[in-house]
Amino acid sequence: MTWQLDLLILALVLICAVATIMARDLLGAAVIFGVYSFLMCLLWAEMGAVDVAFTEATVGAGISTVLFIAAVLRTSRRCKD
Amino acid sequence: MKHLQEKAALREFGDNQIIRVSTRIMVPFIQLFGLYVIAHGHVSPGGGFQGGVLLGASYILLALAFDLKTSFKNFSESMNGILGNVGALIYVGTAVLCALVGGLFLDYSALTALLPIDPIQWRYLGVFIVEVGVGLAVMSIMLSLYWDLSSGGDMDEGL
Repeated sequence: MTWQLDLLILALVLICAVATIMARDLLGAAVIFGVYSFLMCLLWAEMGAVDVAFTEATVGAGISTVLFIAAVLRTSRRCKD
Repeated sequence: MKHLQEKAALREFGDNQIIRVSTRIMVPFIQLFGLYVIAHGHVSPGGGFQGGVLLGASYILLALAFDLKTSFKNFSESMNGILGNVGALIYVGTAVLCALVGGLFLDYSALTALLPIDPIQWRYLGVFIVEVGVGLAVMSIMLSLYWDLSSGGDMDEGL
């Protein structure tokens, strides 16, 4: 609706995306990815796609964060490379 | 991380009164919201997929706050398989029934041959029936994804 808000959320989404890739701690990366999903949900709701935002909030932020954390707990937490 | 995994194996991890009580309060409301989203999916945002994910998330929260054995007492593994398959069967069954009574695949207005009400009303009802099926199937898949991933496939201990 207002492009200033769009731009602000988009900048935060980009920061979260880069932080997810750069994080050495995989558990931290999973949590930052949850934040990324919530910001993406906010962006979609703000742009008027409520249905997509709902899916992103439930699947992206709810289930996939839990699944990522479950996967990280089964492996090692530190990134090797 | 080793320390965390050892604590998780000894079940001393996250065994907290506050977490257990708040989970018990939250789970029924999440399930009620999931049912609301499924039932109102054809008139408002949401639908079978989102409602099914919410229903699955409520049981995942139960399995996270307690352990997998407690969550199996509330919702057993065989029941999960049955409900998932019934959901897929409802979806495909409705679609094939439409084709059998003379319409196209997933053409709900053809179901007037079974129950003579308005074809537009049948379209409205058909979306609802299909979304109930989608919700059941998605709930089952989300739950079994979490169960398998958190216990390494052997279903005896959770996170």
